[in-house]
Amino acid sequence: MEGLGIVNYWIVVALMMTGLYVVMTANNFVKKIIGLNIFQSSVFILYISIAKVSGGTAPILTSEAEIYSNPLPHVLILTAIVVGVATTALGLALIVRIRSAFGTVDDHEVQDVARD
Amino acid sequence: MKHHLILQVVAKALIPFILLFALYVQFHGDYGPGGGFQAGVIFGAAFILYGIVFGKDVAMKVVPPSLVYTTASLGVLLYTGVGVAGMLLGGEFLNYSVLSKDAVAGQHLGILLIEFGVGITVASVMIALFLSYANYRVTEPGEGE
Amino acid sequence: MIAIEFLVNFTLLGFLLATALVISRTNRLFQSVMLFGIYSLLTAALFVVLDAVDVAFTEAAVGTCISTILMLSALSLTGSRREVAMHRKSPALALGVSIALGAALAVGIMDMPEFADPNAPANLHVAPYYLTESVSEIDIPNVVTSVLASYRGYDTLGEVVVIFTAGIGVIALLAGRTGKRDED
Repeated sequence: MEGLGIVNYWIVVALMMTGLYVVMTANNFVKKIIGLNIFQSSVFILYISIAKVSGGTAPILTSEAEIYSNPLPHVLILTAIVVGVATTALGLALIVRIRSAFGTVDDHEVQDVARD
Repeated sequence: MKHHLILQVVAKALIPFILLFALYVQFHGDYGPGGGFQAGVIFGAAFILYGIVFGKDVAMKVVPPSLVYTTASLGVLLYTGVGVAGMLLGGEFLNYSVLSKDAVAGQHLGILLIEFGVGITVASVMIALFLSYANYRVTEPGEGE
Repeated sequence: MIAIEFLVNFTLLGFLLATALVISRTNRLFQSVMLFGIYSLLTAALFVVLDAVDVAFTEAAVGTCISTILMLSALSLTGSRREVAMHRKSPALALGVSIALGAALAVGIMDMPEFADPNAPANLHVAPYYLTESVSEIDIPNVVTSVLASYRGYDTLGEVVVIFTAGIGVIALLAGRTGKRDED
């Protein structure tokens, strides 16, 4: 298992690239939010991968286990997930208001309407 | 969703158990996985399921938006209140050890209270988010502005 | 035993990557949202394998349930369930920026300690203190709860206030419009 090295981190990088690519190429704002969420969850996976200790168990103290994974990144990410959904909701609410104001949720079309 | 009889019956049967599970997660968070954040989301999800299956008007009779706004603020107030209580009893802000004669018992009490505050706020905000989206009526540009 | 754990880890990571790539390729919004729900569920499963049960619980409840519902509501409100074209003028530029980001991160990743290394700096700083001392100081078996609520109470207070503020923001953006239509 030592030979597996840092594959987790490589996947995190790939997911982050995918998320950024979706944010940049998608024209629809909802799709952009999905891209942002992929980007965000790649950071979550990075933190949780750092916290893993080989042979450890979940950080809930019992008499049977000796080694536990690092609880600190878990705490940071737990709150980040809930904050993430709250900010996603805020972003989606802005998109809904953009739809009412401009009649579209396509970023090019919004720019065209704003220019006219 | 007026005609989905099976959905309505299944949802009615499931929702009490979801609420019960949320309470279990809330108060068992000290001993197993869980806590205020998860419990709040599960509690909110039960109401969202109710709102989706029975319609937002029925859901708003069960939880009126004004109640949700109040409880969302109460959760944050409970959290900061515990912090201030610690200060008044001679400790630092959010130091739970002074809440009781025994420091460990004080920690238990403080954690229980602030987790409850977190749970109330998260559940209320989730329900409020859903109700806001459900009640919104999209207008075309220039209309009604 | 441990080998199986790592095998599951890599399988889930593979699924995650595949789902993310499909989301980036598809033109259908409804499909993207449902795939994002699957993506969140896979993330939750991955967190269980990586011993983060509390986080997995949160991700399963938030990512697969609330996020998906909110995105579907936004889709129905914006009426954009039809196919959308991804007709960005220069996807090559976007790809280039992504690859530049990936290259920059790759340089940083080279210095990371081995995966699941017990002697990694991140696992030697305050984590041992939390794991050994929380029994006498707080006496709660779930260390995540005791760090979240007690050692890092300030953090959590901040996060709760952020959630509360985001809730107020959404209400301010959306709720004000409901009564207005009935008046005119």
